[in-house]
Amino acid sequence: MTEIERDEMEFDVVVVGGGPAGLSAAIRLKQISPDLNVCLIEKGSEIGAHIVSGAVIEPRALEELLPDWRQTDAPLRTEVSEEQVLFLTEKRAFPIPGLNLVMPHMTNHGNFVVSLGEVCRWLGEQAEALGVEIYPGFSGAQLHIEDGRVTGIVTGDMGIERDGTHGPNFTPGMILRARQTILTEGARGSLSAHAMKHFNLRDGVEPQTYGLGIKEVWEIPEENHRPGFVQHSFGWPLDDSTYGGAWLYHFGKNLVSYGFVTGLDYKNPHLSPFEEMQRTKNHPAFRPHFEGGKRIIYGARALSEGGVQSLPRLTFPGGVLAGDSAGFVNVPKIKGTHTAMKSGMLAAEAVADALNKNEPQALGLEERLRNSWLWTELHGVRNIRPAFAKWGAKLGALYAGIDSMLLRGRAPWTLHHPHADHETLRPAAKTAPIAYPKPDHKVTFDRVSSVFLSGTNHEENQPIHLKLRDPAKWLPVNHTLYDSPESRYCPAGVYEQEQKSATEWDLRINAQNCVHCKTCDIKDPTQNIEWCTPEGSGGPNYPVGM
Amino acid sequence: MTALVLLEIENGAVRQASRSAVAAAGAFGTVDVLVLGHGAEAAARLPGVTRVLHAEALSDALAEPAAALLADIASGYTHIIGAATATGKNILPRLAGLLDVQPIPDVIAINDADTFIRPIYAGNALATVRSSDSIKVITIRGANFDPVASEGGAATVEAVAFNAASQVNAAELLSVNLSTSERPELESARVVISGGKGLKDAENFKLLEPIADKLGAAIGASRAAVDSGFAPNEMQVGQTGKIVAPELYIAVGLSGAIQHLAGMKDSRVIVAINLDPEAPIFRVADYGLVADLFTVLPELESAL
Amino acid sequence: MKVLVPIKRVVDYNVKVRVSADGSGVDTQGVKMSMNPFDEIAVEEGIRLRESGAAKEVVVVTIGAQAAQDVLRTAMAMGADRAILVKTDETLEPRAVANALKAIIERENPGIVSMGKQAIDDDMNATGQILAAKLGWPQATFASKVTINGERAEVTREIDGGSATYGVPLPAIITADLRLNEPRYASLPNIMKARKKPLETLELSSLNVDTASRLTTISVAEPAERQAGVMLNSVAELVEKLKTEAKVI
Ligand SMILES: Cc1cc2nc3c(=O)[nH]c(=O)nc-3n(C[C@H](O)[C@H](O)[C@H](O)COP(=O)(O)OP(=O)(O)OC[C@H]3O[C@@H](n4cnc5c(N)ncnc54)[C@H](O)[C@@H]3O)c2cc1C
Ligand SMILES: Cc1cc2nc3c(=O)[nH]c(=O)nc-3n(C[C@H](O)[C@H](O)[C@H](O)COP(=O)(O)OP(=O)(O)OC[C@H]3O[C@@H](n4cnc5c(N)ncnc54)[C@H](O)[C@@H]3O)c2cc1C
Ligand SMILES: Cc1cc2nc3c(=O)[nH]c(=O)nc-3n(C[C@H](O)[C@H](O)[C@H](O)COP(=O)(O)OP(=O)(O)OC[C@H]3O[C@@H](n4cnc5c(N)ncnc54)[C@H](O)[C@@H]3O)c2cc1C
Ligand code: SF4
Repeated sequence: MTEIERDEMEFDVVVVGGGPAGLSAAIRLKQISPDLNVCLIEKGSEIGAHIVSGAVIEPRALEELLPDWRQTDAPLRTEVSEEQVLFLTEKRAFPIPGLNLVMPHMTNHGNFVVSLGEVCRWLGEQAEALGVEIYPGFSGAQLHIEDGRVTGIVTGDMGIERDGTHGPNFTPGMILRARQTILTEGARGSLSAHAMKHFNLRDGVEPQTYGLGIKEVWEIPEENHRPGFVQHSFGWPLDDSTYGGAWLYHFGKNLVSYGFVTGLDYKNPHLSPFEEMQRTKNHPAFRPHFEGGKRIIYGARALSEGGVQSLPRLTFPGGVLAGDSAGFVNVPKIKGTHTAMKSGMLAAEAVADALNKNEPQALGLEERLRNSWLWTELHGVRNIRPAFAKWGAKLGALYAGIDSMLLRGRAPWTLHHPHADHETLRPAAKTAPIAYPKPDHKVTFDRVSSVFLSGTNHEENQPIHLKLRDPAKWLPVNHTLYDSPESRYCPAGVYEQEQKSATEWDLRINAQNCVHCKTCDIKDPTQNIEWCTPEGSGGPNYPVGM
Repeated sequence: MTALVLLEIENGAVRQASRSAVAAAGAFGTVDVLVLGHGAEAAARLPGVTRVLHAEALSDALAEPAAALLADIASGYTHIIGAATATGKNILPRLAGLLDVQPIPDVIAINDADTFIRPIYAGNALATVRSSDSIKVITIRGANFDPVASEGGAATVEAVAFNAASQVNAAELLSVNLSTSERPELESARVVISGGKGLKDAENFKLLEPIADKLGAAIGASRAAVDSGFAPNEMQVGQTGKIVAPELYIAVGLSGAIQHLAGMKDSRVIVAINLDPEAPIFRVADYGLVADLFTVLPELESAL
Repeated sequence: MKVLVPIKRVVDYNVKVRVSADGSGVDTQGVKMSMNPFDEIAVEEGIRLRESGAAKEVVVVTIGAQAAQDVLRTAMAMGADRAILVKTDETLEPRAVANALKAIIERENPGIVSMGKQAIDDDMNATGQILAAKLGWPQATFASKVTINGERAEVTREIDGGSATYGVPLPAIITADLRLNEPRYASLPNIMKARKKPLETLELSSLNVDTASRLTTISVAEPAERQAGVMLNSVAELVEKLKTEAKVI
């Protein structure tokens, strides 16, 4: 294709991604240097449209960022009031006693149950009020690299037809030049991946591991609603070697956030995270919460689970990584919001400093990080997730208790993540198929009707944003060896294996359904699925409540 | 109370949508009708009609004089009603503007003389509204009111003159281009037959054609069928395709995903033909046939 | 000639609306709002008329809350020249909107008012027609093609079963149907530029027009879910039922 002429615009800082990390970074920058001109782009059609989170959040970082948030209309309205962690067997549930002693990381006193999308919309308003220019509906498609330095980003082209030609409404992407670029794309961001590769930021660190979180929001009868009620479970329905569990939070006006995280290092290709989340709703510890209610939103998103062992180097010439793009999630807590915010703030401080000194790289960030509570917190829990991977759910939980209670996170050893998630699948023939129950269409559902509730859409005529790098690999590897795991792990039913004749099979890609969770990009056994950023505004449209 | 119904005439007969409007108007007492151009005789034969007002010199193709005439004669009526068709929706709101009342479009149910139910948000919600206007200007959704018969009545016909027509600042009709294709348009067809992935390939998809011909039906498709190249994009019915609400919708070899249902669930009668008894389409179908479409389609063709 | 485009801010096309639990309306709290899709088409048509030289200026107007200025900015990012926000916190019926628009039109004197055929929230499909009546202007609703010849527009309209072409003396109201055009994207540079285009705000009350409601919403409900019907055993039975019971063939 011929070189496209692109408009350019110059900023001091461009932030890619309007989640908690990016918005906190932008706000912090303007607080430190009101004169900086800061631009933030977000691929969702508005701030919050692509945000998926549990979400019980710790207000710690918010407290530091906007100390008077309690005096504003900030949408943190439901404080945690009751909580329990359950170990499930198929029929029964055993509450973990003495939670604050054995699993201090699981306690939520003083935390809030929120809609993170709503919190982000509110943070967006705060950022705009400080003068940040926010452009939703535009995705960062490429890094702009000149002379070994990132000098901004290129936004996605719009109006390219299915066949790659420029349609009548072709609008080329624009170069947003920046002295510093902050990448806060959340887990598995595509520009972040490019930066890590280009600047070798992952050399010498452990592979990032991920979990897939699938979530539903329910509206339930008022008489059953217990605002601030928080429940987590582990154990059934996953086998002992698979990491994961469910959450259920009551919040807002008769709303319930329910969801399930599955560690993407799972080994059995027959496993379906979607069906695990559906069937967990049938457990007596969960089902009563949904009776008489109505499911109103559905969504899914991967989150990083590697912890500090997997953090890449955070700075490169011309930019930094923050939030879940880098992997700042407190995994045993399943909390990445306060950590994303804090890492965004630290990034902003380091960036402001570098701009001030006119230095190309915000090298001060690593030191700021190590001197912050963020480091202490993440370092303290670093062994818990790998312990689950190493010894399974029950022993892992035991280890977690010992690590927290006796060693208080100061264990002199660090457990490792030996494999990237795409390397863990075993051949289908050597693993047991899993029989999942059929949906009852009252409490449990199928994928297509679920995707409907994510408001997902992609402009129809654009090139398919999901491709097989080498289509010939699919049949022998994905189909024959693993029985098409993508048709099960994709929570949106994008992949379907289709029988063409007695011997011929084909993979059908319904790219329009994609909810941008990034699981296929992570889990495909040969990393053969290429996830390109689709046209801005495409993807889910999560409403307030998500 | 007396209602006046603006009728639409097609090939000398009163359109079905207008006969539904006459049926709905019965709820308000005496029913008069207005015919523009030809067709007063057909109108006079409609059961339940008292008077036919006939303005031979006008045409329902022009909203400006039609609305002006209606405004002239409106004072004798409590309700002025049209079908929710392109014609009705062109003329009646304009009449409402002339009368300075708020029109009530797309009525699907009449609670009482002032209270109506109408869909909003593309049918995702139904609003019950009460009008405080002294003359209610309403359009009626045909699918929700059983039409009166074409024959059986004996109304009087009175000519109405409209002399001011030349003074109305109006558009001028230059040409009409009715679609000549054998097949009706998907969105306005009375019968739609749609195929899904169950048809297996583009060749098989053609099995729908002879049946469509016999029924005078338009042909639709699921997205999976479109994506697999069985049918062109314009045929897609559903959330991201066309929204249809025909009298009869026949779904062949399509599962009835919610995104598909979004485009056809307001059809009056739904027929589903599918191998899988658990297919969601059966949850909305009035008549279901669990069977192989490859045996059903030829049978259906010969049975019609 | 000037083109005036009235646009409405509505719940975004992709949002699945929910009837609020108390049946008083549809839950719009915090949901994504966008320009009514038909209005995007109307804006696009206005811009095309200017680009073709038939019009000199495209002015967009909305009657709505302060937040409705979003859609005005979007329209200006597409290419409209300036915008007017007629501010009110009330939701107005088409009759009231038409009264307000009439006042704006008397001030702006456009040659064409290009508007959407229908807003996708209330689906009234009425504002343009009411406005045309109140102004005594000709109307060309459901337009799928517009060309301008001096003092007249030639408009192809979608009618049941096909289309029809009209000669329309100007000034006139034209309401856009889906097939009129495919609206352009608001590109990022244009969005940035649109922030600097003029946006005038005036209070609805300053227009001194009648905006009273004539409709009262008594309740809003979800449509009843369709019930499953009967399972049949043969094609013969099906044809029989369709003929005698459903009477559709
Ligand atoms: C299912 C689930 C449950 C969770 N539960 C909790 C919880 O209860 N409590 C808690 O504290 N944390 C929870 N987390 C973690 C927390 O949500 C994340 O760690 C946090 O949202 C990370 O913030 P972020 O800003 O780094 O990334 P994100 O929140 O992922 O935001 C990134 C944003 O960038 C945008 N973006 C990405 N790429 C581009 C691009 N190229 N161009 C433009 N925009 C782009 C995305 O659309 C998105 O809006 C959960 C996560 C998941 C997935
Ligand atoms: C954002 C978005 C928008 C969408 N928009 C639309 C839309 O506008 N329209 C739309 O249709 N879909 C839409 N979809 C896709 C939708 O979710 C479904 O994937 C699609 O409708 C499935 O098409 P289908 O029923 O033909 O295929 P399938 O679901 O594969 O169903 C095929 C059916 O054929 C039956 N069958 C197979 N063989 C036979 C036989 N010999 N005899 C009888 N029956 C047989 C099977 O039992 C099965 O039920 C959308 C999805 C998304 C995410
Ligand atoms: C069932 C129901 C109950 C209602 N109850 C009440 C009530 O109790 N009280 C009350 O005050 N209102 C009420 N309304 C009015 C309602 O809120 C809408 O504002 C009104 O119906 C507008 O209809 P529409 O947008 O569908 O118009 P349409 O006629 O469908 O709109 C056509 C075109 O007009 C233009 N347009 C419409 N609105 C505007 C605008 N605001 N600014 C600029 N251009 C515009 C656009 O170009 C649009 O495409 C009710 C409406 C309905 C349907
Ligand atoms: S295609 Fe990939 S990114 Fe999209 S929803 Fe499926 S697994 Fe997630």
